[in-house]
Amino acid sequence: MTESTQEELAALTAAARDLLEDHCTPERLAASEGRTDLALWALLAEAGFTHVGIAEDAGGSGGGIVEAAALLGVAGEHAAPVPLAESTLLAGWLLALAGLPQPDGLATTGEGEVSARPVDGGYRLQGTVRRVPAARDAELVVVLARVDGDGAARLVVAAVPVAGTSLVEGHNVAGEQRDDVLLDLVVPDVVEVRAGTADELRLRGALSRSVLIAGALDRVLRLTVRYAGERRQFGRPLSAFQAVQQQVALLAAEAAAAHAAADGAVEQCARDGFATPASAFAVAAAKVRTAQAASTAAAIAHQVHGALGMTREHSLRFSTTRLWAWRSEWGSEAQWSQQLGRTAVAAGADGVWPLLVGA
Amino acid sequence: MTTVVEVPTTPAGVEAEVLRLRAEVRDFLREEQAAGRFTPRCDAWLAGWDESFSRRLAARGWLGMTLPAEYGGHGRSTLERYAVTEELLASGAPVAAHWFADRQIGPSLLRYGTEAQRRRYLPAIVRGECFFGIGMSEPDSGSDLASVRTRGTRTEGGWLVDGTKVWTSGAHHAHAFFVLARTAPLEEGGSRHAGLSQFVVPLDSPGVTIRPIELLTGEHHFNEVVLEGVFVPDDMVLGEIGDGWHQVTSELAFERSGPERFLSTYPLLAALVGALAERTDSDGQRDLGALLARLWTLRQRSLRIAASLAGGVAQEVPAALVKDLGTRFEVEVVEAARLLLDVEPDPGSATTLSRLLAEAVLHAPGFTIRGGTSEILRGLVARGVGVR
Ligand SMILES: Cc1cc2nc3c(=O)[nH]c(=O)nc-3n(C[C@H](O)[C@H](O)[C@H](O)COP(=O)(O)OP(=O)(O)OC[C@H]3O[C@@H](n4cnc5c(N)ncnc54)[C@H](O)[C@@H]3O)c2cc1C
Repeated sequence: MTESTQEELAALTAAARDLLEDHCTPERLAASEGRTDLALWALLAEAGFTHVGIAEDAGGSGGGIVEAAALLGVAGEHAAPVPLAESTLLAGWLLALAGLPQPDGLATTGEGEVSARPVDGGYRLQGTVRRVPAARDAELVVVLARVDGDGAARLVVAAVPVAGTSLVEGHNVAGEQRDDVLLDLVVPDVVEVRAGTADELRLRGALSRSVLIAGALDRVLRLTVRYAGERRQFGRPLSAFQAVQQQVALLAAEAAAAHAAADGAVEQCARDGFATPASAFAVAAAKVRTAQAASTAAAIAHQVHGALGMTREHSLRFSTTRLWAWRSEWGSEAQWSQQLGRTAVAAGADGVWPLLVGA
Repeated sequence: MTTVVEVPTTPAGVEAEVLRLRAEVRDFLREEQAAGRFTPRCDAWLAGWDESFSRRLAARGWLGMTLPAEYGGHGRSTLERYAVTEELLASGAPVAAHWFADRQIGPSLLRYGTEAQRRRYLPAIVRGECFFGIGMSEPDSGSDLASVRTRGTRTEGGWLVDGTKVWTSGAHHAHAFFVLARTAPLEEGGSRHAGLSQFVVPLDSPGVTIRPIELLTGEHHFNEVVLEGVFVPDDMVLGEIGDGWHQVTSELAFERSGPERFLSTYPLLAALVGALAERTDSDGQRDLGALLARLWTLRQRSLRIAASLAGGVAQEVPAALVKDLGTRFEVEVVEAARLLLDVEPDPGSATTLSRLLAEAVLHAPGFTIRGGTSEILRGLVARGVGVR
């Protein structure tokens, strides 16, 4: 993994921001409601953004999870209707891990229960990958499957053409496609991967949502501060009312907390990989905290915007509906809190502190 | 504090008649659902517009229940009406069409309307044939309601009304609405609340234009209603010219204290209980219990206010309290369901829980805004307890 300097990272996010600012206008977001913005995707691919975080010799653009997370933060901020988390940190990573090529089209993935059984001509895959982003537009669903055999179960990766699956279409509350992908087919080949891959995929999924949330909160805060300054009632801007000031201050605190949590987890995983207890702890903590921030911040933003923010016309919703969706994806904060609590209890009174400080 | 929370108490209605009525409503709702005539949903009192459902309720005598018989009403007690409305809300039934008419327009007409106005509208409201909207808010007047710019100008035999109302729920279906307008200019140093009046305006009047404003979900519930030189004859003035603020304020007490201020997400709460019942462990029961304690308490409070409203006691501050506590509760139900069930909300889902959750998540921000924001309500309460 090559490490970028701060300047390189800033250049990456600035370039992504330039592109997304032009293409994630409220009009464009409204027009691509319920769909993937494939035109935007083509531009991102051309600029080399779709495979950030994947080594160049694996068909990526280089960089590691720090770079991928920086890019995702910008995507979250702009509510970009494209499956960048999937193409970089998730499906893209799985393909690279398995030594499989990145497709020209979209690769996506999700959580699921899939079994692989050796049969004539390859492996029979059976099961469901749930709530998969952009499955309808994707070329490949990258599937992590269990091969039950005589000994311990083995994990394999299969790159499955979407055309060979059936989809149960669904959406999250932001109108982003989340389809269930039903698998019952034979693929010629699968690639065995290390045992911890399923855990890592789940951690990466949670981390991706934390980073997206932190990015989205920047926009929510910006819109809310602006609106509070512009909207007048009782002869004064809303920002002149202490009750409003206090709420906006809480919103700012939530946005800051979400960034601290997401950035901290990214750093931790970049340093130690995902397999250490400290990394699992950091990702869980970040998912819990960013999900809490998403709830509180979205509620405040809407409260300050009054009825106007409840309309389809107002662009606040592009971010708040995504916050409501992403906080529940790849495990809600309840699931991750439970996991944190369980880890702490298992570590015992003297074991918690080392977990918290990662040493 | 006692000055705020003390309201004349009426024992929660346990009379035989209320019990009988409740059972009747439950049977009816079971039949309706079994026949596939409605699917329970969250926030159905805003989102569930079904005129034929309203008329079936009317046929049972469940609209305009407390209105006197001389206007077609059923002369029932407030507690009887309360029992019927809370049963309807708890079942997520589509009650939006008649909601405003039944809740506040009827009582307002009875209190402030002329005999002719009562005869014209009350029997139709009771039959479920006349639906109303509320024209208070404007683009520049939300919380600061007294700043409305819609103007009534004196003309031969009545008033010419000009202005723009927004967020007018149901205006695209309703027959008429109450318009709050300024009929006398603000006087330097005078009360901002003086010079306001209410008009009854049929929505098909010449000069009225209704445009949809879509909710963030894409649903069409509220509207922009533009009034351009709309002629309102003198006999369609509601109450007294210049007394609009006082009238609107008393309307708001009806608007803020009812069971719809804490039951908007009840269908989700019921589904949550159902889901927890299927679990083999006791996870979630403690959180559920805490929610139920709050709900039970809210209902006690709201019932007592209903009883004293019927007795003509001003209830502005207690109603504000109920709405603030109640709408916060509604939002907490959403959070609890989301966290206890690990269900991802999907508005189009065939899974009831996922759909109900999506409806609740997407409608929840409006709970603490509509009918007066939480901040404004707390200001009222603060003044009530004497800290402002
Ligand atoms: C779903 C829905 C249905 C509605 N239906 C109707 C309807 O049928 N008829 C109708 O007339 N209206 C309707 N409304 C409008 C509703 O009454 C207004 O939205 C509400 O009064 C708030 O006004 P606003 O939206 O302009 O917010 P604003 O008044 O602009 O307030 C924005 C924010 O600033 C805060 N704020 C404002 N002033 C102060 C202050 N002095 N101190 C502290 N904080 C302050 C508010 O609390 C809020 O958080 C509806 C609204 C919704 C959401």
